[in-house]
Amino acid sequence: MTTPLLHVEQLTMKFGGLTAVDAVSFTAERHDITAIIGPNGAGKTTLFNCLTGFYRPTSGALTLTHDLGEYLLERMEGHQIAHQARVARTFQNIRLFEGMTVLENLLVAQHHKLMRASSFLIGGIFKLPSYRHAEEEAVMLATKWLEEVGMADKADWLAGNLPYGDQRRLEIARAMCTDPRMLCLDEPAAGLNPRESAELNQLIKNIRDQHGCGVLLIEHDMSVVMNISDHVVVLDYGKKIAEGTADEVRNNPDVIRAYLGDDEEEEA
Amino acid sequence: MEYFLQQLINGLSLGSIYGLIAIGYTMVYGIIGMINFAHGDIYMIGAFLAVIGFTAIGLVGGLWTPLAVALVLIIAMVFTAAYGWVVERFAYRPLRGSFRLAPLISAIGMSILLQNYVQLVQGARVKPISPVVQGGFELMERDDGFTVNLSYMQIIIIVLTLVLMIVFATLIARTALGRSQRACEQDKTMAALVGINVDRTISLTFVIGAALAAVAGVMVTMYYGVVDFYIGFLAGVKAFTAAVLGGIGSLPGAMIGGILIGLIEAFWAAYFSAEYKDVAAFSILVLALIFRPYGILGRPEVEKV
Amino acid sequence: MSWRLSHDGLREVLMVMMVAMLLLLPMVGLRTVDSSSGLGIDLHIAAVFWAVLLIGLGKKSLVAARENIPVIAYPAACVMLLSGFLAPLPTGFLEFFALAGGFICLTNAILMTLRGGRPISKNSFGEGMDVVATKIQAATPQVAWVMFAIVVALPFVFPDRYVLDVSILILTYIMLGWGLNIIVGLAGLLDLGYVAFYAVGAYSYALLAINFDLSFWVCLPLAGILAAFGGLLLGFPVLRLRGDYFAIVTLGFGEIIRVVLINWYQVTGGPDGINSVPRPSFFGLAEFTRRPSGDLPAFHEMFGLDYSSIHRIIFLYYLILVLALVVNFLSVRLRKMPIGRAWEAMREDEIACKSLGLNRTNLKLMAFMISATFGGFAGAFFATKQGFISPESFTFIESAIILAIVVLGGMGSQLGIVIATLLVIGLPEIFRDLELYRMLTFGIGMVLVMVWRPRGLLAVREPSIRLHGLHGKGAKS
Ligand SMILES: Nc1ncnc2c1ncn2[C@@H]1O[C@H](COP(=O)(O)OP(=O)(O)O)[C@@H](O)[C@H]1O
Ligand SMILES: [Mg+2]
Repeated sequence: MTTPLLHVEQLTMKFGGLTAVDAVSFTAERHDITAIIGPNGAGKTTLFNCLTGFYRPTSGALTLTHDLGEYLLERMEGHQIAHQARVARTFQNIRLFEGMTVLENLLVAQHHKLMRASSFLIGGIFKLPSYRHAEEEAVMLATKWLEEVGMADKADWLAGNLPYGDQRRLEIARAMCTDPRMLCLDEPAAGLNPRESAELNQLIKNIRDQHGCGVLLIEHDMSVVMNISDHVVVLDYGKKIAEGTADEVRNNPDVIRAYLGDDEEEEA
Repeated sequence: MEYFLQQLINGLSLGSIYGLIAIGYTMVYGIIGMINFAHGDIYMIGAFLAVIGFTAIGLVGGLWTPLAVALVLIIAMVFTAAYGWVVERFAYRPLRGSFRLAPLISAIGMSILLQNYVQLVQGARVKPISPVVQGGFELMERDDGFTVNLSYMQIIIIVLTLVLMIVFATLIARTALGRSQRACEQDKTMAALVGINVDRTISLTFVIGAALAAVAGVMVTMYYGVVDFYIGFLAGVKAFTAAVLGGIGSLPGAMIGGILIGLIEAFWAAYFSAEYKDVAAFSILVLALIFRPYGILGRPEVEKV
Repeated sequence: MSWRLSHDGLREVLMVMMVAMLLLLPMVGLRTVDSSSGLGIDLHIAAVFWAVLLIGLGKKSLVAARENIPVIAYPAACVMLLSGFLAPLPTGFLEFFALAGGFICLTNAILMTLRGGRPISKNSFGEGMDVVATKIQAATPQVAWVMFAIVVALPFVFPDRYVLDVSILILTYIMLGWGLNIIVGLAGLLDLGYVAFYAVGAYSYALLAINFDLSFWVCLPLAGILAAFGGLLLGFPVLRLRGDYFAIVTLGFGEIIRVVLINWYQVTGGPDGINSVPRPSFFGLAEFTRRPSGDLPAFHEMFGLDYSSIHRIIFLYYLILVLALVVNFLSVRLRKMPIGRAWEAMREDEIACKSLGLNRTNLKLMAFMISATFGGFAGAFFATKQGFISPESFTFIESAIILAIVVLGGMGSQLGIVIATLLVIGLPEIFRDLELYRMLTFGIGMVLVMVWRPRGLLAVREPSIRLHGLHGKGAKS
């Protein structure tokens, strides 16, 4: 058996007296879409924040293994996790560079590559050919991802002026421009209409199938989860209460209880 | 030992003044999360009003000293409060929801405006007043003749600060205003939804902060006897340091921070070098912000994602 | 159409007058003055009376414009404006206030009429300004060439000492503005202590030139490097701090440097500063003196001219022009490079930057150091131009002026900074009478810009790169 892409062991995150994530363990495979579900406040976003270095976990181990090496995420700084361990993420409440254009957003994501090509400053200041070439390539990669998310004609728009659905997709494209090995999506379908949501499912599947990138997906919409996820982890009050395929999880009595208990909240 | 005691007394009086100013910083920070850079200049206005008040009283023939002091205190508090109110209304309120550095830049503009306004209308020269309260107790005498003094002025400063602190703490803890303030600190939208007049609460916060700064201004005028239009800058930075040191947003923190800064300054000047005493204040500020930005009584913040 | 202000409007006017009275009565009305027996008081009740009246008039005009009552808005504005000329106003400032205020109120009333009675809101003002700013921004290349031509030709058209001195001053501030713009405009960090780097540059040049007898052309890069080093030292501990704390700490550092300059007599000469800072030579080939003391020939002899002290000024003028242009070139390039985009991204959203693997501390440090280098160059130039430096020249006010230029101009806009410098430094030079009110106007200006145009006059951002070219499809912004 090969090592899984991500191995979470006994992850715990406490805020003062509140335990937002409580001794959670699971694994995510390289070619899988792993869904993390659970009622509001279950600790899903907090789990992501631990994975991507925004919070330092109170305890536990997070191991990421891929072609570039093995990384102990809990010991790394946020920017190293993105840059070296190649974990990319999106945010529950979209975080784009709103005053910059779509293309610029995608180029910022390729910062390290371009920085190296500009030999830090000199190459860029004098517009050396090697730098110009790298920039052209970066623009090409950006264009490719814009086409993939169906926004090729909007490259020069200000990100802040995009309609909501486009903003969500742009955030995914931006994350993918960092050339990640694992992509963490925090409720990407929130606020999308059914058609957009279906397109999004296709996009996520493409990312898994064509880019060799494992996907970690937080999702509220059960139909999305059932449709595309290979593996589901259920959190409730910070604890993992179930794990398995979509079907297994759907019929798990604990999961039903957790969701029914929160039924009204879900409606609202 | 005697020397030490004397510096302790000096530091405490100075620290009380910084504490009074620091409250203004901390309250405003608590409620709208901005550094009111112009607060030091509000204090300077208070000090000028004290000069004007005492001079005017002196010119019309004088009054019984306690009455004169009380009168000047009230006048300074009322008029300075008006300045505090206008500054908030004119320079800060329109900026709520603007980009994040806007209020700070506006506050710097306000600070420059107030300084130059006072320079223009009152002149750039140092304003001296004749001592209002003189004398004091001689507490101790060392063999070589060095005496430890506790002046009446220092007693007034410390006692007045204590009284104000108690009144003020009660105000915040017991009254509707205090409750509204705390509600606005937590969440302005919710506060507005439950019927709190957010604008008025914020205005009142500025008014109270300005009034306390005015008291500090009056005390400083009486203590040192000289005032100029530039005193707000340094006092402002020191008081802000006090607020940060105590944990910005915390009222007892502001007082503790103020006293600490006063003590440090007094001892630094006494034992090290008087020239670098302002560097001491700035260095503490820098160190405090770097190593303990949440202060003595504050709690660390987690970056909200 | 109504002929009277609404009840609320009237109350607002009275309220404003009352508050003005409260503010002005003691501070303006009772002026403390030195007299033989300690302080005395001069009464200036007339000034208070007039000020409150003028404020009331102005407010009345504004409220009337808002309520679309031209029969009040226009007369009130005109009376205010005219009283600036005719009324026996007791001080120059009140005249200035009446004229400026009257002008603003009149403009406001006219705009109201033009807009068919719709008052001007902050939003509509912003949109209007955006249109103008976009036009100016689009014309930048042409404007820049015209300006360049004028600036290059200036010393030959006006070989006048005063004109050149003022131009040198303006160019110095433009250069400082462009330098600070990298920290404030691009990276979004509010640096209140930029003058510290300026000071480091100036003192580095003066001390190196005097103590080691190095020429200006050797000292200039050294001053830049030392300033950058200063930036590194200051930047390292403070760059993790939150925005407003960062601002205050930089202010603190600026002051610490000044106090050290004042007190470190042995090296800096204390408050007296450093005299006889060496003047620059003509690229190490000639000197700008009548009879050179060293072995270099005199400039005027070298070129067969008559001696004139203006030669040096012209040389200094071109020197600062070149320095400023270099800074401009580098800034423009940097903005279009990955690092510039990363700075701007950081200004927009630091958290998103972190999630993309950007090392915020390093990026900020780079901005700090590059900006400091430019400040250091400007400082070295200042020292050699003045021939004398003292801590007086490096106060917080100086930082505030440079910051105001950046903020007013439109953060991140090169042309905006030029325009702002002309306004902030140039105007007061032309209207010398207003010198007294310069800083006052300045403070008001900063507040007004934040309230009405928080991103600055020319606050439209030109994308660093376009996929579809300037007129491509969907270039909506
Ligand atoms: N920075 C923080 N400080 C304190 N509590 C937090 C913080 N972040 C999250 N929490 C708490 O942790 C719990 C889990 O939140 P979250 O992970 O956002 O839930 P979910 O994404 O599953 O809806 C909530 O109770 C939330 O209030
Ligand atoms: Mg969440």
